[in-house]
Amino acid sequence: MSRSVESMRSTKALILRSDPKDRVSKGASDGAGWITLRDAAARLLRMRAVRGLALAAASAFLVLSAAPLIAQQKPQSKPAPQAAAPAKLNLGRPALPEEIKAWDIDVRPDGLGLPPGKGTVKQGDELFQAQCASCHGEFGQGNGRWPVLAGGRGSLKGDRPEKTLGSFWPDLSTAFDYIRRAMPYGNAQSLSADETYALTAYLLYLNDIVKDEEFELSDRNFTSVKLPNAGNFYDDDRETTEKAFWGKEPCMKNCKPEVRITGRAAVLDVTPDSKSAPKVD
Amino acid sequence: MTSQNTDPSLSRRRFLGGATAAGAGLAAVGAARAQAPAPDPLITDVQDWNRYLGEGVDKRPYGTPSRFEKHIVRRDVSWLTASPESSVNFTPLHELDGIITPSGLCFERHHGGIADIDPANHRLMIHGLVDKPLVFTMEDIRRMPRQNHVHFLECAANSGMEWRGAQLNGCQFTHGMVHNVMYTGVPLKLLLAEAGLKSNAKWLMLEGADSSGMNRSLPVMKALDDVLIAFAMNGEALRPEQGYPLRAVIPGWEGNLWVKWLRRIEAGDKPWQAREETSKYTDLLADGRSRRYTFIMDAKSVVTNPSPQAPLKHKGRNVLSGLAWSGRGTITRVDVTLDGGRNWQEARIDGPVLDKSLTRFYVDFDWGGQELLIQSRATDSTGYLQPTKDELRKVRGVNSIYHNNGIQTWHVKGNGETENVEIG
Repeated sequence: MSRSVESMRSTKALILRSDPKDRVSKGASDGAGWITLRDAAARLLRMRAVRGLALAAASAFLVLSAAPLIAQQKPQSKPAPQAAAPAKLNLGRPALPEEIKAWDIDVRPDGLGLPPGKGTVKQGDELFQAQCASCHGEFGQGNGRWPVLAGGRGSLKGDRPEKTLGSFWPDLSTAFDYIRRAMPYGNAQSLSADETYALTAYLLYLNDIVKDEEFELSDRNFTSVKLPNAGNFYDDDRETTEKAFWGKEPCMKNCKPEVRITGRAAVLDVTPDSKSAPKVD
Repeated sequence: MTSQNTDPSLSRRRFLGGATAAGAGLAAVGAARAQAPAPDPLITDVQDWNRYLGEGVDKRPYGTPSRFEKHIVRRDVSWLTASPESSVNFTPLHELDGIITPSGLCFERHHGGIADIDPANHRLMIHGLVDKPLVFTMEDIRRMPRQNHVHFLECAANSGMEWRGAQLNGCQFTHGMVHNVMYTGVPLKLLLAEAGLKSNAKWLMLEGADSSGMNRSLPVMKALDDVLIAFAMNGEALRPEQGYPLRAVIPGWEGNLWVKWLRRIEAGDKPWQAREETSKYTDLLADGRSRRYTFIMDAKSVVTNPSPQAPLKHKGRNVLSGLAWSGRGTITRVDVTLDGGRNWQEARIDGPVLDKSLTRFYVDFDWGGQELLIQSRATDSTGYLQPTKDELRKVRGVNSIYHNNGIQTWHVKGNGETENVEIG
């Protein structure tokens, strides 16, 4: 791609500054985005157009099998202490170093697993335009329902949180690990280590975490990069913060004076294949 | 084998005759409703299936449901995702009974499509903080002591579209990212013992062999408790879409952890913070902060019949049916209301009540044609009482996507039509 990083950067700024409400909503970046009410209403017209197709797909014949009868299950066994592990079965064979090296592609936040290599924002830009932009958009804004990769800062408390590397993800290693194992979509594990560093650097640039297009990311400086939202995660605390859900005596009679309907799914009418007027005899 | 059932012209005649008889039957039923009772020709006339030979044992080497059941299928919501290879479809809960989900109706969730793997070419590697890194073939795994357990698998995003209000009109769509099957597999602790887990190993990374290389971190404590590495479901090999030939079974914990096409387990001293456990499957709360490692699926229930796709059709006797489950243990009680939560009755639980499994409940009731607001409310063996959606929103806000186990409301109208609603 011949366009300079500088000119792209100014266009990107325009896109990111525009009112998020005007932007087409995208799926969550795993491809299965859970739509909001507002999204759903906005998408209604398009839905109608594709409903015919959806109906055809829904009624397509699938090969089904009946479930077998089941026997009563024994109670679960208690966790066995490690020391009391059962006698060895002597099954399996030693994994060879070459085999472990071939499969051990994961990367942790502390840098464990990072391969030697390096790549710049500029190099990442070129790769991104060639291999990623068709889905994610030239500036990571996402095409159609494909994941948005940039922007979203300050949106997490709002009506439409946009979760990107810049706005949400706590660890840079997550991006490297994911690109390395799963991207480009449909051609996984085809990128070199240098290319993966370059793409990760470009994502940092798209998210204004690095500002210099000459910035080079490598296994040497990788763990020094911190993401803005890293401090906003905490471990599951439901058993304390939601303690009120335990030990409650369920009310059985006259539990509330009146009940009124406050919302209806039919108003949105976004359910595939949902129309069937029943007959009562 | 007689020649009669292989004569093509005869088959055609039988087919046409059958269609005519069925049409006449419908007309007769309609007439019977309007006038004095007439004998039912389905009883007074000899039917084709009653006279002619049916298909022989050589026709269905792998049996499938009746042709009259073709509408009972998994369905997807095409506008949810960009690509069907990284998407989800939904179990038709309203068409099922008992507690076991037929293998072909278990909802699917893939991140890079269904991997097509010959079991002879599949390998499972265990390495990292172990004494001896090992590679297992499927043959090795099938030589290990195995166990059978029935467990539900629920996607953490099940009901995730309903956080901001009633949206999808059918329990298939609101609650259909759950299924319940019997797994056969090897306890993970046996596999880990073969490799010799080091004492500083606190987390495992499970990785799939699919084109997304799906990876999640699992606490060693859970792995040594009740995790199975399964090769069979409902008595036969895993279905391809459920991870054939090998998947993880993490009882009571969110479905995303149950890595399919499992090829690698690495032991480490810290979690990996993979994409599926940081950018996804963390719960964004109202204050803008996010809760992570929310593995356990809280107690939940849903009335599957009546529901929007399964309206009431008859006044008088009816069967209300539903499912309840908890990732913390067994279901001890389910209450049902027909009047929007003013008054409740305890439902009748029927069939096996198993640990971390779907549990079936019923209320047999008379319907006089009045409007109903139906809800169910589960209690589990830890004393957790399923909250209302508003109670959940109060503590979590509406941006969490995951872990919506709030009480579902169905509005049954006078004509039996049933709708997903919210009540206040």
